[in-house]
Amino acid sequence: MLSAANLGLVGCDACSLVCVSAPSGEQGFCPRCGEALHSRRKHALQRSWGLIIAALLCYIPANALPVLRTNMLGSTEDDTILGGVVLLYNSGSWPLALIVLVASVAIPLGKLIALSYLLLQVQRGRVTSTRDKTKLFRVVEVIGKWSMLDVFVDAYTVAMVQLQPLMSVEPGPGIVFFAAVVVLTVLAAEYFDPRLIWDAEGGVVP
Amino acid sequence: MPSGLSRCAALTATAIVLLLLANMTPLMSLSVLGRNSSTTILNGAVQMWHQGQPIAAAIIAFCAIIAPGAFLTAMAAVLNAARRPTVPAWTSEILRWTRYLHAWSLIEVMLLGLLVSLVKIAQLARVGADIGIFAVGALTVLFPLIVANFDAAEIWSRIEWVAQADTAARRGSDARS
Ligand SMILES: [Zn+2]
Repeated sequence: MLSAANLGLVGCDACSLVCVSAPSGEQGFCPRCGEALHSRRKHALQRSWGLIIAALLCYIPANALPVLRTNMLGSTEDDTILGGVVLLYNSGSWPLALIVLVASVAIPLGKLIALSYLLLQVQRGRVTSTRDKTKLFRVVEVIGKWSMLDVFVDAYTVAMVQLQPLMSVEPGPGIVFFAAVVVLTVLAAEYFDPRLIWDAEGGVVP
Repeated sequence: MPSGLSRCAALTATAIVLLLLANMTPLMSLSVLGRNSSTTILNGAVQMWHQGQPIAAAIIAFCAIIAPGAFLTAMAAVLNAARRPTVPAWTSEILRWTRYLHAWSLIEVMLLGLLVSLVKIAQLARVGADIGIFAVGALTVLFPLIVANFDAAEIWSRIEWVAQADTAARRGSDARS
C-alpha cells in the first residue's frame, strides 16, 4: 500500500505540514512549527494498553464505591453512580437518568471495549473494513469527554448543599476512581495512533 | 484581514466577557427552611478540595476555568498576531496549544452537569438558576462557533517558519532538505 511513510514523508502532528523524513535513527523536526516529527507515535500500542488496563482497574471501585454521601437530619445515605441514576429515575426525570446512565456507565465501558478491540485488531496485523474502524476511533475520541458529566454533577451538588447541620452532601471515595477512568481513557485514545489501523490493513505489523 | 478572522475575533471577545461573567456571578441558588445558599463555578472546585477530593477539584478547576480561559486567551493572541500579513513564528507555539486547550474545555459537559444537579437538588429544596448558568449556556454555543470560524490552515500558511526564525530549529531544516 502506498503511504507517506513509504515515500519518506511525514505529516507534522501540530500544523499538518508534509515534511521529508529525517535520515533513519535521527529525530526530525517540523521546519515550520518546530514540533518533533513522528511517522507513527512511539510505543503507541504499549502505552494505550497500559492506560486501558489501569482504567479497567479503576472502573471497578468507581462503580462499587459511593460517589455521594447525603446527610439529612442525622441520617446518612451513600449513593454509587448507579444509585444516583436510580434516584433520578425515581424522581420522575427519566430523560436525565438515561443521560447520566449513558455518560457514566455506557460511554466509559464502551470506550474501553472499543479501544481494546482496535488494539487487538492492530496487533493481529490484519484489520478488515479499515474505514469503519477509523470512524469508530473518531467516535471514541469525540464522545469520551461526556463521561466527565458525573464529576460535575457531584461537585455542584456538594457545592450547593452545605446547610449544616440541617442537610449536607459530601463527595464519596468513588469519585476519584471515576475521574481516573475518564482521564485514563481519554489519554489512551490520545496515545493510540489511528494510522496503525491503515498499516495493519497493508499487512505491515508494527 | 479575512472576514472569517474578524468574525472569529468578535466571537472570542464576546466569549471572554461571558466567561468572566460566568465566573463572577452565582450559577444557581437554593433555599430551604429559611436557609439560602448559592454557588459559583470556582466554588465547585473549592468545595471538592475542602472535602478531601483534590484530584476531582483539580479536574474541575482545569476543565471548567483554566482550559477555557487559556483557550480564549490563546485565541485572542493568535487572532491579533494574524492581522499582520506575515504571522510571527511565536504564534505557532500558541496555535499548537489551542487544540489541546479546546479539547479539555468541558463547558458543555459542565452545563449538563449543572442541570442534572439542579434537578437532583430540586427534590430537597427550592432551587433557582442564576445569571452564571445562562452565561455558561451562551458559552456552549460560542465555543463551537469560534472553532467553526477559525481557519487554522490559513494562519499556518502565513506563519513565519521557525527554521528561518531561529537557529534552534536548524534540526528542522535537516528534515526539510
Ligand atoms: Zn509543524
